[in-house]
Amino acid sequence: MTRKQRRLSLIGAALGLLALAVALVLGALKASIVFFNSPTDVVEKHIKPGTRIRLGGLVKEGSVWRGDSLAVRFEVTDGKRTIPVAYQGLLPDLFREGQGVVAEGTLDPAGTFRADSVLAKHDETYMPKDVADALKKQGHWKNDYERKLGAAPQGRAQ
Amino acid sequence: MIAESGHYGLVLALALALVQASVPMVGARKNDPVLMAVAGPTAIAQFCFIAIAFAALTMCYVRSDFSVVNVFENSHSAKPLVYKLSGVWGNHEGSMLLWVLILSVFGALVALFGGNLPARLKANVLAVQSWIAVAFILFILTTSNPFLRIPEAPLEGRDLNPILQDPGLAIHPPLLYLGYVGLSISFSFAIAALIDGRIDAAWARWVRPWTLLAWMFLTLGIAMGSYWAYYTLGWGGWWFWDPVENASFMPWLAATALLHSALVMEKRDALKVWTILLAILAFSLSLIGTFLVRSGVLTSVHAFATDPTRGVFILAILLLFIGGSLALFALRAPLLKQGGLFAPISREGALVLNNLFLVSACATVFIGTLYPLALEALTGEKISVGAPFFNATFAPLFVPLLIAMPFGPLLAWKRGDLLGVAQRLVGAAGIAAIAVAVIFAMEGGGPLLVPFAIGLALYVMAGALTEIVERTGLLKVPLATAFARARGLPRSAWGATFAHFGLGITLLGVIGETQWSLERIAELKPGQSIAIRRYDLHFDGVTARQGPNYRELAAHFTVRRHGDVVGVMEPAKRSFPSRGTAVTETALMTRGVSQLYLSLGDPNPDGSLAVRLYYKPLVLLIWFGAVVMVIGGALSLSDRRLRVGAPKPARSKAALSPAE
Repeated sequence: MTRKQRRLSLIGAALGLLALAVALVLGALKASIVFFNSPTDVVEKHIKPGTRIRLGGLVKEGSVWRGDSLAVRFEVTDGKRTIPVAYQGLLPDLFREGQGVVAEGTLDPAGTFRADSVLAKHDETYMPKDVADALKKQGHWKNDYERKLGAAPQGRAQ
Repeated sequence: MIAESGHYGLVLALALALVQASVPMVGARKNDPVLMAVAGPTAIAQFCFIAIAFAALTMCYVRSDFSVVNVFENSHSAKPLVYKLSGVWGNHEGSMLLWVLILSVFGALVALFGGNLPARLKANVLAVQSWIAVAFILFILTTSNPFLRIPEAPLEGRDLNPILQDPGLAIHPPLLYLGYVGLSISFSFAIAALIDGRIDAAWARWVRPWTLLAWMFLTLGIAMGSYWAYYTLGWGGWWFWDPVENASFMPWLAATALLHSALVMEKRDALKVWTILLAILAFSLSLIGTFLVRSGVLTSVHAFATDPTRGVFILAILLLFIGGSLALFALRAPLLKQGGLFAPISREGALVLNNLFLVSACATVFIGTLYPLALEALTGEKISVGAPFFNATFAPLFVPLLIAMPFGPLLAWKRGDLLGVAQRLVGAAGIAAIAVAVIFAMEGGGPLLVPFAIGLALYVMAGALTEIVERTGLLKVPLATAFARARGLPRSAWGATFAHFGLGITLLGVIGETQWSLERIAELKPGQSIAIRRYDLHFDGVTARQGPNYRELAAHFTVRRHGDVVGVMEPAKRSFPSRGTAVTETALMTRGVSQLYLSLGDPNPDGSLAVRLYYKPLVLLIWFGAVVMVIGGALSLSDRRLRVGAPKPARSKAALSPAE
């Protein structure tokens, strides 16, 4: 092979791989991203039952109800709207009434959010970022959190 | 006084860094040996002053001096000493100080052990290294000063975040930073080469040990962080494709690519421009990682917006260094002389393929990590790009790389024989095929993916051993002869074998954990049992205990296998009154390379306790493989070839290989 042919084969391989990577990324972005919504968003955007979303807000005071075999029901609120959530399994350490929570799952036709995971990841302020932003939008932001959020992030792997 | 002397030390270090950043470079331009020689001593002095600053902050923590804001916010007098120490870098300001300390450690190491470098290159490298130091010391002094005082000292501190009070997290950040920041050396070498406009095979020989060292620490740091997440977070996951994890994984992928391309450059004087670009990219990804973790964009866009000084400062550093270095690259790279020719099917060709795949995989991780941030900044729409995205993009790019991996070391330089290599790999493929058949039979049908994935892992491991088996003549000559030959092989050959074999081990662990893991969730009352696989866990009861700075509710479980007691497991809930928070301490029981994993939920009013129990087969192989990779790196680092300098008889670089 001449120098030119060799170079062309190299460039061809690189471009082919690049095309593959782009195709994979676009395909995966279409199929696997999940949008975050507050209870208000869920109502206003008319999210269809069966669409996978993340629902974030505060766990409404007095709404947590525990059933048999680790079934849990609670309500997620952003102060304006409230969505009932059903979940089965262990709740994260920081799950508490009045605290922020992010649940991932789908709405059922009756309007209950069937969560298959309740988010335990958090920063040092114990307020999931999405929830904090959503609450700010609704004007229900505790000054206490604001002060803490100003402090340094202490993520997982520093 | 201590805090002030630390602050003063940092200011002096800045002054020295400014000298080191300018004088040697002027010397290199004017070819003045005296000015160039300034670089070495200032690098060492700069390290000393930053070490003083770091020691001062550490002293404040050890003495629980709550008049220092940083100590007040992150420490507590009742905290065990080891967490007082790890608290130094368990917060933003302290971890930036650690970052700069490690940067200066590498600068000092180049000054001490770079005796075989040409004077101009050494002066330029240390000057570029010092530009980075100037930027980050300025960042600390202006936006993140850890030495600020509170006028009226509080009596007690606010304590460190409980989930950070863990031995794993005490050593994880320093290891990770040694890797992250270690890549600055390859970057400085690349920039120095571009400034000089000259680059040759010897350059690759000098830069490779430093990259290898950084890569080893990065590998260990990532593995450590993954194990920490696994046992701390209580839900048994070891990798979440979380932006903070990706921030360390991207430089790892780039550094791995750099190691391989520097090999081509060193041996064949080819791929020069590409290697320089990779060195720039690897450190740029480290800087982006620092930005992601340190600026607060991940925690809250609002925190970034309301207190933008830190984020904007790091962003400015980022743009300056990445933009500047890429601009310099664009200007100077065309001047570099093109290297040797090679056929597509050759060792060089295989290494290029390795680089293409690693860089593409790195790019997909990059997009998955930054796309949500970009989208939110531009449209306000919030999305989560989680594991499904990365599994769908990263895995398809990594599988062909793994299939091709055993071919690389067996191909000849310049012109290889693909068919011949394939024949030599028949043994490895045979082992894999047998494994596929056995596992398929054992699973009794089921998804085809599992047997094939295990087969791939075994093929990678057997393929890694093929070269050593052939070169020693094992199975053909008497064992003693094979041993003698094995001792004669260059250590770099052993290094490559270990590293590739380690990747196979990790892969085996990943497949075992993800495909064969079992999970049980139950609510138990004392006296009840829960069974998983052949194990039976009997819940004996709970005990309340008092720790140094927490209260603990521990559940006691007796583990039996076929009726015989094999041990006890004690998961616990710890509550930290100083922060009003609770954490779950999981209990792990190691059985071979598999583990039982038990974590607690909330106690119920009726006295029962929610528990989550996992059986995690082969899970320890994930981290064991990483350790084997690092051993491979250490073997390669100790190779004679890297210790002996190219142009002049050199002083030993043996001190660079701590793993020996």
